[in-house]
Amino acid sequence: MNFKTFAAFVGPSVFMMLLFIAFPLATVFKNSFYVTQPVYETVVAETCTPGFLTQTCVTEEKSIPRLDEDGEIVTTTSYVGLQSYGNVLELGRAWEALSQGSWAAFQSIDFWKALRFTLMFTLVTLPLVLGGGLAIALMINNASRLVKGPVIFISLLPFIITPVIGALSINWLFRGDGILTAFLEWYLARDVAMFAQAWTIEVLLMVYRVWSVAPFAAIVFYAGLQTVNSDALESAVIDGASRWQRLKYVVIPHLMPLIVFISMIHLMDAYRAFEEVVGFSSQGYVITLQWLTYDFLVPDEAGNRSISRASASAMLTMIGIALLLIPLLRRTWRDHKGGH
Amino acid sequence: MSSRALQQPLGLRLTSASFLAIWCLVAAFPIFWIVVMSFKSPVDAYDPNALNVILGPNTLAAGKGLSILDIVLGIVVIWVTIRLCARKLPGMVRSHAPGGQVVFGWIIAGLVAVLGFLVVFFAILPVVLNLLNPILGPLGRDVIGMTPEHYKTVWIDRGFSNNFKNSLIVTTGVVTVSLTVGTLAGYGLARSGSTLAFWILIIALIFRALPHSVLVAGYLPVFISSSEWLSPVLGENAPTLYGKPMAVIAVLVAINQPFTIWMLRSFFQNIPAELDEAARVDGCSHFQAFRRVIMPVMWPGVITTGLFSFLLGYNDFLVTSLLLDAQNQTMVPAIAGMFNRETTTTDQVVAVAAAVSITAPLFFLVMAFQRQIVSGLTAGAVKG
Repeated sequence: MNFKTFAAFVGPSVFMMLLFIAFPLATVFKNSFYVTQPVYETVVAETCTPGFLTQTCVTEEKSIPRLDEDGEIVTTTSYVGLQSYGNVLELGRAWEALSQGSWAAFQSIDFWKALRFTLMFTLVTLPLVLGGGLAIALMINNASRLVKGPVIFISLLPFIITPVIGALSINWLFRGDGILTAFLEWYLARDVAMFAQAWTIEVLLMVYRVWSVAPFAAIVFYAGLQTVNSDALESAVIDGASRWQRLKYVVIPHLMPLIVFISMIHLMDAYRAFEEVVGFSSQGYVITLQWLTYDFLVPDEAGNRSISRASASAMLTMIGIALLLIPLLRRTWRDHKGGH
Repeated sequence: MSSRALQQPLGLRLTSASFLAIWCLVAAFPIFWIVVMSFKSPVDAYDPNALNVILGPNTLAAGKGLSILDIVLGIVVIWVTIRLCARKLPGMVRSHAPGGQVVFGWIIAGLVAVLGFLVVFFAILPVVLNLLNPILGPLGRDVIGMTPEHYKTVWIDRGFSNNFKNSLIVTTGVVTVSLTVGTLAGYGLARSGSTLAFWILIIALIFRALPHSVLVAGYLPVFISSSEWLSPVLGENAPTLYGKPMAVIAVLVAINQPFTIWMLRSFFQNIPAELDEAARVDGCSHFQAFRRVIMPVMWPGVITTGLFSFLLGYNDFLVTSLLLDAQNQTMVPAIAGMFNRETTTTDQVVAVAAAVSITAPLFFLVMAFQRQIVSGLTAGAVKG
């Protein structure tokens, strides 16, 4: 295939990715160094109130946004360097809190709070997803042919459901008067409020994530289990390997590429966690990095969106993504070199 | 595992089966429960006793319930529909659809089946049951409380049908555009072993990892002010892209593109290159070979990729909630607005009904396309 035909086939797709992914990325990078705000001007205003004999007049200086001839607010964009990053990171406050050894004060800064939870969320859910997925895959593999289809169907549901709705459905079970809260209260014989403190909410967010991603891992592992060499398994039996040893020395090494694949996908996706915060309305206690950017983008009471701060927080989120991607890219590069 | 040496003892098999049953319960319970809640009066929906939620005594007391006859006939209709779809539909599509247009045949058949079911289930069945219930005595007496009123509130009073229409526009747009663009690119990438193709794939991989909020932060200022910077080109009528479904479709297609081209490339690599080489020897150009030889055999892969594009467009919250204005809002962001405002338990149950309405199409999707979804999940993985 010569270059011209190749370009004709690939062109539209590359064009869309450049226009809607590469270009916005560049603008975000640029915007993080600039701040756009209304131009304020100071006017001297004299307000008078009627009084006896003479009016009482007060002269004061007010700053109001300047309007152009159409009545729109005039804005100006200025280069501020790293100031937006500073506003997001709040290094001064963070350093002060850390030097006083006050973890609570440190965690009251949105960015560090979000970073701490996002990292913990990603690292705690990873082994649970891998372990849970593998266990479900082994159990499906053991099940008789008749039930496999329906079981896979049911397993797919948590994975396929809209993430916000999935989070909501678990949220509703644990609400103040939800059925599982009632069950927990009956079981523990004391009052339970799942949404009154941070740690229970964090547990719920992780439970949701494992519930929705474990099926994906299970299906991939199940497909991998079909290709395990049964001769290798049988010779392991002859060599006297126990069930556990066979799993450890034959099956898991065979599944290793899949484990790496799922870990990569899961790390990328969990680091971008966002829908959980919306579905559980947990922003009062627990937030994630992507939710922080989203929050900057949502207009505040005055209708302003803090684009530059959102851009700065987005670029900071990207650092983590870049770190996660390096091993993946190295692996793809090696495969490419090996393949040719 | 045919060999006797690998056979498992009974105890292990029983443990495995019971844990599998527990997993199925965990997987399905939240979804099952919101479906049950959505049909009950608020008092029943939040009853601490699970049995009361399922049987709904308060809903029943309000005179809204199902009799044994209702339940039996309802199940019969659903079962007959499933049997008809599984047995008769494929044959009918094959005999009626002309050669190259099997896909459109399936789309039409699907629509007919859904419409037929809706008419029978929601229009004919209630009339028949209203006539039969009083005659049959104990069989016709209500036993389970159940009310569709929350669905009426959601779809008619809260204007959810408008959100549904918007979701339909956005997902249809996303699926068609991203498949058209992605199929061409996937084919090109699969058949070209050049370094450029490799770099495009690597960059696509990097793009796949980007958080969507990063991209939206880039679009927002540009889209809001688009009437200004488009006016030199388009004159007075330059549109504000913010709030327009078209803009959101373009954005979602672009976000989806990296995934689509990786997946379609792996499907096209499975189609032997000898096929298009043979066509080229017979004098076809690359495009003709693609159209005449590859297009007839590529549908399984395209359908699978289309399913995942559909899921992305349908499930998206972040992009649609930030880039669409209120009147063009799709279903998922609309429900977020609903539960943030909820104050009374009635509002909460209405939100639950909205959530079930969003989930129902996905449920049928998994039912119809389970095999394709599984093959799509494993396609990328097993090859690494």
